[in-house]
Amino acid sequence: MDRQAIFLTFRLATLTTLILLAIAVPLGYWLAYGQARWKPLVEAAVALPLVLPPTVLGFYLLVLMGPRTAAGRALTVVFGHPLAFSFAGLLVGSVIFSLPFAVQPMTSGFRSVDRGILEAAELLSARPGRILARVLLPLVRPFLLTAAVLAFTHTVGEFGVVLMIGGGIPGVTKTLSISIYDQVQDFAYAQANHTALLLLSLSFLALLIIYGRRGRAGV
Amino acid sequence: MSSVYLQADIEHTLGNLSLRISCALSAPWTVLFGPSGAGKTSLLRVLGGLSRPERGRVVFGGRTLVETESGVWVPPAERGIGFVTQQPALFPHMDVTGNVAFGLSGLSRRSSGERVGQMLQLFHAGHLARRRPADLSGGEKQRVALARALAPEPRLLLLDEPFNGLDADLKAGILEKLTAWLAERKIPALYVSHDVAEAFETAADVMVIDGGQIQAHGPAAVVLAARREQLLWQLGAVLSQPDRLGLQADGEA
Repeated sequence: MDRQAIFLTFRLATLTTLILLAIAVPLGYWLAYGQARWKPLVEAAVALPLVLPPTVLGFYLLVLMGPRTAAGRALTVVFGHPLAFSFAGLLVGSVIFSLPFAVQPMTSGFRSVDRGILEAAELLSARPGRILARVLLPLVRPFLLTAAVLAFTHTVGEFGVVLMIGGGIPGVTKTLSISIYDQVQDFAYAQANHTALLLLSLSFLALLIIYGRRGRAGV
Repeated sequence: MSSVYLQADIEHTLGNLSLRISCALSAPWTVLFGPSGAGKTSLLRVLGGLSRPERGRVVFGGRTLVETESGVWVPPAERGIGFVTQQPALFPHMDVTGNVAFGLSGLSRRSSGERVGQMLQLFHAGHLARRRPADLSGGEKQRVALARALAPEPRLLLLDEPFNGLDADLKAGILEKLTAWLAERKIPALYVSHDVAEAFETAADVMVIDGGQIQAHGPAAVVLAARREQLLWQLGAVLSQPDRLGLQADGEA
């Protein structure tokens, strides 16, 4: 099995999940309770990766990260190197592509909290951060777990975007799903089977955690 | 307390209801009367800061809480107003102590603990301190909700039918404790009720609201005089016809 790819994939998935949770909690809160007129626009943009072919997203990200766009040049200045075909670029792509898998469970979670409970908290505390930490987050914990597991597993299994913006460079951007593709190309079916079995087990375990928790929490 | 402590002039539309309220509260205990959908809850929500009126001004204790013209808006927790609704809305993941202590973040741990103890004792809920809301009865939940709203010692208490569904004895017991506690601290209350007798018992001012507007406001003896006469007349009519009560001629049930 390609150990380098395993390490890289889990590093990518862990970082993507942490970044996504940091984004999904405030964004999910805003989508659940915000009243801006342009909220549907943000909702549609967040959900776009669900319906977009990964290659389309990968293509636009590749163009955006390249030296021909102002954004690409700005990112090069910030990171010190072009983002395309780098681990940082892969991370940016993964965060964008897995965004709905983290944001949508959090939005559902916040929407599921009884309005009366939220209002009771608002009457007793003027600090939104305290209400979020002490009341809302404990109540949406099962949804937080779902968001984390879905973001992690979706990143582990991503192929199209990773190939488009990463190119499958060993040790830099070659993840497990690309490793399987390469192994099949090389007729190394036994190796491909081992890697595929690892991903299958991981996905099944993740779903088992989600459904097991949901069953206990009655979510 | 005879001076005006709260002045509200508000316009607010909610579905089919158009709320146009202009009132000044000065009595320690004001009962808000009115049929369902009259605007009682909407008025309390605006005063408590849970709804923003489209137009108007609310001044409480000399401080402007809402002034739509100048954009003044004081968040609910900074108004010094306690609000208890029909739904206790306790935090399900906290025990009773955690619930009551939630609004006491400004106090030290020791002071907060003492205050929680006092509030639970007041409502005979000391033995519930470590229980979760899921393990409480309806009456216990309401007592804890009251303790939670009163713990930060608000300067005004809004009560939106918090005793609905409780049996009469329990309700009377809680009300007695509550009114005594409020009177001791000179904290006024605005209380939604449908009980005429209760208004007389608590020597309240009464505000009658219908169709989103205040129809009458004054001492219970004046505002509810006609309603009391009607109730007494109905009671007299029933008592004069024992068979309507299901009583036999000899008075046995």
